Amino acid sequence: MTQGRSIRSRALTDGVRAFAPLLIAVIPFGLVFGIVAAGSEVGPWLGGATSFIIFAGAAQLATLQLIDAGAAGAVVVATALVINARHLMYSAALAPAFREFPRWARFALPYLLTDQAFALSIVRFGQVEDPAYRRWFFTGAGLSLWVPWQIFTVTGIVLGAQIPASWSLDFAIPLMFVILLIPTIKGRPELIAAIVGATVAVVAAGAPYGLGLIIGAVSGVVAGVIAYRAAP
Amino acid sequence: MTNVGIILVIGIGTYLLRLSFIGIVGDRVMPEWALVPLRFVAPAVLAALIAPAVLLNDGALDVSPASNPRAIAALVALLLAWKTKSVPVVIAAGLITVWAFQALF
Repeated sequence: MTQGRSIRSRALTDGVRAFAPLLIAVIPFGLVFGIVAAGSEVGPWLGGATSFIIFAGAAQLATLQLIDAGAAGAVVVATALVINARHLMYSAALAPAFREFPRWARFALPYLLTDQAFALSIVRFGQVEDPAYRRWFFTGAGLSLWVPWQIFTVTGIVLGAQIPASWSLDFAIPLMFVILLIPTIKGRPELIAAIVGATVAVVAAGAPYGLGLIIGAVSGVVAGVIAYRAAP
Repeated sequence: MTNVGIILVIGIGTYLLRLSFIGIVGDRVMPEWALVPLRFVAPAVLAALIAPAVLLNDGALDVSPASNPRAIAALVALLLAWKTKSVPVVIAAGLITVWAFQALF
């Protein structure tokens, strides 16, 4: 029990610590989202509540933009879920590790699954096999995004449109993805997956319903598998 | 559909996407044919998230530092992320590069 508790507190701390540097990008994103929500047709509080209900920044932004543009409900839902379809792939990648978790954790923790929690966890799960450590590391990393995301959404709503767009703070989002990308390039097949994914996503950017991201990602994975089969 | 309804459906759908494989495959071992592609998911998705955000300007490819400083700033960030692995360094250098080119042009 003592050992279980010490693993829990160590893993939680490690998860929070691993996430901490990413806060510098999450905080401006949360603020920017709150500011967008403050000016949205859906109203600041329902717009802000998407941080709790959806908890996926890109899809939240797309949802508010489409509602503001007067899109049909079914189109808004379809677009947001297409943007979030990448979580299928994260879920598949994490499933072998989550298989070792208790039932409550298998159903509760996926709510905290994000790009960042996935990227940090998939790297750490490759280093540590203990299921208890993995479970609490994921919880620590997941809550490290969830808690500030709620706080800074509300702060952004309160601040309203006082931060000028010319500060380009939203650029912190792709910068954060750049930082997460580098450690995933472990070899030539991963590099090919990234280059093909990036190229196809740019070419397919005009695809309807935000499908460009998914088309790019799937092309990158296929290219990576082909490169891996050619020279593992 | 009301706005509340739209947002609730997206929220539930997003949770189900996150739960999908964890909830369904949870008690089974994933086959080898599924495991190999998964190692390429992270680099492919992250690159596909980054490239359109930094290379496109109003939907068109634009790598000119004058009209789209995000492209050159992303290149600076990529090199620094590779060399330093420091998050504050990369975020600061990326933002400062954008601000510098915005001030220049």
